[in-house]
Amino acid sequence: MPFVPAITDLEQLKGHPAIARLQESIAGVVLGAKFDRDEMSIYIERSLIREACSFLRDDQTCPFNYLSDVTCVDWYPSEPRYEVVYHLLSISKKERVRLKVRLDGDNPALESVTSVWPSANFFEREVFDLFGVRFTGHPYLQRIQMPEDWEGHPLRKDYPVEGYR
Amino acid sequence: MAHMTTMPALEPRQDRTMILNMGPQHPSTHGVLRVLLEIDGENVVRIMPDIGYLHTGIEKTCEAKFYQQVVPLTDRIDYLCPMTNNLCYALAVEKLLGLEIPPKAQWLRVLLNELTRINSHLVWLGTHAMDIGALTVFLYCFREREDILRLFEAVSGQRMMTSYFRIGGVALEPPLDFFDRVRAFADRFPSKVDEYENLLTGNPIWVMRTKGVARITAEDAIALGASGPTLRGSGVDIDLRRDMPYSGYENFKFKVPIAQEGDVFARYQCRVQELRESIEIVKQALDGMPQGPIKADAPKVVLPDREKMKTQMEALIYHFKIITEGFAVPAGEVYQAVESPRGEMGYYVVSDGTAKPYRVHMRSACLANLQLLPKMCEGRLIADVVAAIGSIDIVLGEIDR
Repeated sequence: MPFVPAITDLEQLKGHPAIARLQESIAGVVLGAKFDRDEMSIYIERSLIREACSFLRDDQTCPFNYLSDVTCVDWYPSEPRYEVVYHLLSISKKERVRLKVRLDGDNPALESVTSVWPSANFFEREVFDLFGVRFTGHPYLQRIQMPEDWEGHPLRKDYPVEGYR
Repeated sequence: MAHMTTMPALEPRQDRTMILNMGPQHPSTHGVLRVLLEIDGENVVRIMPDIGYLHTGIEKTCEAKFYQQVVPLTDRIDYLCPMTNNLCYALAVEKLLGLEIPPKAQWLRVLLNELTRINSHLVWLGTHAMDIGALTVFLYCFREREDILRLFEAVSGQRMMTSYFRIGGVALEPPLDFFDRVRAFADRFPSKVDEYENLLTGNPIWVMRTKGVARITAEDAIALGASGPTLRGSGVDIDLRRDMPYSGYENFKFKVPIAQEGDVFARYQCRVQELRESIEIVKQALDGMPQGPIKADAPKVVLPDREKMKTQMEALIYHFKIITEGFAVPAGEVYQAVESPRGEMGYYVVSDGTAKPYRVHMRSACLANLQLLPKMCEGRLIADVVAAIGSIDIVLGEIDR
C-alpha cells in the first residue's frame, strides 16, 4: 500500500462524524486530531475526558459503546510528557476511534472513566501502576501488576530496563 | 514478613462471613491467579481477583529490542496461541511500514491461526472439564492437541513457541508433506469433536454444573469489556475476523456461533462450535492455497533466502544490516486487533522512526474478561467460581505480561 502522510490539520478533519459531534456538543473538548494509516486520533482536553467518553458512548448515530483499551505513552524528556490513550470500538458500526489526553510530567492526573465503562478499572490500574498516572474517582487505584510495596513506575522512560540494582 | 502485610486483602464486612484465599497455586485457577473470596458458608459474598504473579515486563523489554526481535516475545505472552500473537504483532508493524503481504503468506497465516485456535480451545475444554470433574475429556483433548503440536513442529521447528510469522511474511516454506498432514487432520477432527460432545453436551452432571451458572447479560459483558466467546455467549454478535477482516479473512466463509443465555454452558457451546467452524476455515485454506512467494518483496525489512545470502553480495549486505542495525520504521502509531481464541487481542505499536519500537502495548483479552468474575460469581456457591473461571478461559501469561 502506498505511504500516505498523516493529516494533522483539524480544519481538514472537522468533517469526521465523531469530531464534528463532539465539537458541537461540548465546547473546547477537541484540541487536535490526526488521521494516519486509516486510524483516527482525537486529542481531548484533559478536564473533559469523562464527558467526551460519556458522550461518545451514548451517541445515537455511532455509539462507541465498547472500551477496548486504555494505555499510556511516555514522551520523556519532552513536555507534555504523558499521553493517555483510549481505544474505543463501536460494536454496531464496527468502527474504531482513538482518544488521547496529554499530561504534564509532574503529578500527572486525570479523571477516571470507570463511571462510563466499568471495564476501565483494570486498565487504569495498570497505567497507574506502570506509569504513575493518577485517575481521580477510580474506585480502587492500587498497583495491579507490580508488588504493592514496589518503588517507581517501570514503564516510564527514565526507569532502566534492567531495573534498579 | 513485611511484604505479606502489603498484599491486597479483603476484610470481612459482616460477623458471619470469612475470607477464603484461593490460589495462586491452585489447579483450577489455570496458572497463577489468586482469588480472594468473602464467604458466608458456601455462598460467595464478595470476590476479588489478584493478578501480577507472572508479570515479566514484556512491554518494557520490547522497547529495548529491534522490531524483528520482538516476535519471539509475543509467543511467550499467550503460550496457548503463539501464532495469534505473532500475527497481531506482525500485522501492526506491517501497517506501520506499509508492507504488502503476498497471498500465500496470508493464507498460511489464516490456516495456522485456525489450527492455533483449535489447539487453544482443546486445552480450554480439557482443563475446564477437569475442573468440573470430567477427567476423561482432558485425555481426549490432549490426544488431538498433540497432533496439532506435531504440525507446528513440522512447519516451524517448535511445538509451542513457534515464532513462525515474521514481519513481511512467514519464516520458512512449509515442508512438502505438510498440507497432506493438515488435510488428514482436518478430515478426522470433526468426528473427534463429536466424541467430546458425546461426553459432555448431554451429560446430566455437566448440564447441572454449567446451565444457569455464572450468568452475565449482554449489557454487563459490554460494559465490563468482555470479548470473544465470553461476549458471544451473551448474545452479542461480533467477531473481528468477519466484521473487521485482516490477513485475508474476507475470503473465507464461516459462521460465528452465538448463544443467548450468557451462562457457562452458553460459552461452552460457542467454543465447541468454533472448533467446527475453524476446521472448515482450515479446509478452505487448504483448497484455495495460492502459489507464490511467502515473504514480501522488501529487502530492507525481510531477511533474504539463505541461498541468495551466500551467493549474492547485495543480499549479504541486507542480511548483515537487518541483523546488526535492524530496520527503521516510519514514525507513527497503530492499533491492530485480531480475534484471538480468547477475544480481542490488540497490539498498540508506537514508532519514533528508529529501529526499536518506542512503545508496544498488548491489549489482553483475558485481562478484560477477568473483570467479569465478580459479576458472575457473587451470590453463588464456591464450586461455581471454579466453573466460572474455566468458562472465561484465562491465560495468566497474557494477563500479567
